[in-house]
Amino acid sequence: MTSEAIRTTGGYTDLPHLISLMAGDEKHSPAAHSTLDALWVLYDRVLNAHPGNADAQDRDRFLLSKGHGPMAYYAVLAAKGFFPTELLRGFGGYDSPLGHHPNRLLVPGAEIGSGSLGHGLPLAVGTALGLRAQGLSGPAVWVLIGDAEFDEGSNHEAVAFAGAVGLDRLHVVVIDNSSATHGWSGGIAARFAGAGWSTATVDGRDHEELYRAYTAPHQGRPHVVVARTESKNS
Amino acid sequence: MNAQETTMREQFAATATELLDRDPRTALVLADIGVAQFPDAPRAHPDRVVNVGIREQLMIGVAGGLALTGMRPIVHTFASFLIERPFEQLKLDLGHQGVGAVLVSAGGSYDWPTAGLTHMSPGDVALLDTLPGWHVHVPGHPAEADTLLRHAVAAGDTLQYVRLSAHQNAAPRPIAPGKFLTIHQGSKLAGTVLAVGPMLDAVLAATEGLDVTVLYAATVRPFDGAGLRAAIGERADVVLVEPYLAGTSERAAHQALADLPHRVLGLGVPLAEHRHYGSMSEHLAAYGLDATGLRARISEYLW
Repeated sequence: MTSEAIRTTGGYTDLPHLISLMAGDEKHSPAAHSTLDALWVLYDRVLNAHPGNADAQDRDRFLLSKGHGPMAYYAVLAAKGFFPTELLRGFGGYDSPLGHHPNRLLVPGAEIGSGSLGHGLPLAVGTALGLRAQGLSGPAVWVLIGDAEFDEGSNHEAVAFAGAVGLDRLHVVVIDNSSATHGWSGGIAARFAGAGWSTATVDGRDHEELYRAYTAPHQGRPHVVVARTESKNS
Repeated sequence: MNAQETTMREQFAATATELLDRDPRTALVLADIGVAQFPDAPRAHPDRVVNVGIREQLMIGVAGGLALTGMRPIVHTFASFLIERPFEQLKLDLGHQGVGAVLVSAGGSYDWPTAGLTHMSPGDVALLDTLPGWHVHVPGHPAEADTLLRHAVAAGDTLQYVRLSAHQNAAPRPIAPGKFLTIHQGSKLAGTVLAVGPMLDAVLAATEGLDVTVLYAATVRPFDGAGLRAAIGERADVVLVEPYLAGTSERAAHQALADLPHRVLGLGVPLAEHRHYGSMSEHLAAYGLDATGLRARISEYLW
């Protein structure tokens, strides 16, 4: 691995500027920012995923399931050098690879295309199973969902299965900005815990709390970090 | 059907078990249905045989995730639960991600009439027609199912659907995946009947003594338009006989004959729900898909 391969083009303080480059009619902007800190800490300090190992089988996988409002995601990918920051200016344009929902065949570094809710976690379960079946016990699989996305039944299929089989290389980040219509009484983590997961609930703006939760040991169990942010409607 | 014959599902279990043993890229994904058919495979390949429980959305998502890591998932349950229930997962977790899988269904359109519509899926092939890139195989015999399964699994990272049924022909035909087979050549002025999968025996019985060309299709997508063009003589009148929703392949036939004056009649399972139980043969007769019903409709159309 060369230093060139893992060059970064920006840091956390550059993200607001990078997001501002994506001018235009972005319909999900409140959702875009709720993920910013959780994404940054993951890409900056936790994931073994960078432009230098984008095609390596033993890379960590990050699956953005909550594909609405991907501006923070694109900003982080650009800051980490997955694609030139100039691309951000074309956000949503006909010839731009950066749509209002990401497409894995167009966006360098995007592991899945997403937008319709409830697909990322089942795909992440399959990814974790596929890596294990190929003897790759090292790579971690991460998926980010929203608290309203958690409403989707497909997520509950995945949570129950992953807990039951102890899929310990699977990690979920739930961005909880209280946007679920009927809410989740007792908190979202309780549902995961009931299915046998390791859980943590943290302030989704606090980088140290996020880092500690991301890196908490969870032997034999999948792990969820519920990152609470300000309410969508606040 | 002789009860002692191998069924397509039994053949699937044997073939898939062998493929799991031979090809480390393969994985089998089940949702409880069919688990009993694989008594040894889970122990032999604990990481490549996955039973997700009764969770069909997850089943397709898992297949997509496995394929994203470079594996070749084989996914099996009844057609209703494989195609109809998780349809958006087929669209997004496979096609939109740019990855493939081999879906193998059982039950078809009318295999278990005592179960009613809950376990019937006459619209599966028509549904797949709304998505790009799917290859659709409809074997008419367990031996053909074996050939088509091996072909589908070996076909890179493509989207493949193998539709198994308890309805089968008495003997296998020498099929080549993707090609229509001429079973009977009529005169130059004869019309053409295309029989799909298990409909062949009834079509042959229905057309006995008639001057028609009989084609056989065990693969319907891509539709072998060149094969159809080559088989028709000077009269481009075609009857399609399909074991799923009537008319499913009409558009493909029209495309193949677009530059010719032509007629196409699509026979198959009617859209209207038949709220009857009973047997498979009673349902085929009610749909006009037994030899008697087919002879009447083919004769009326081609003469």
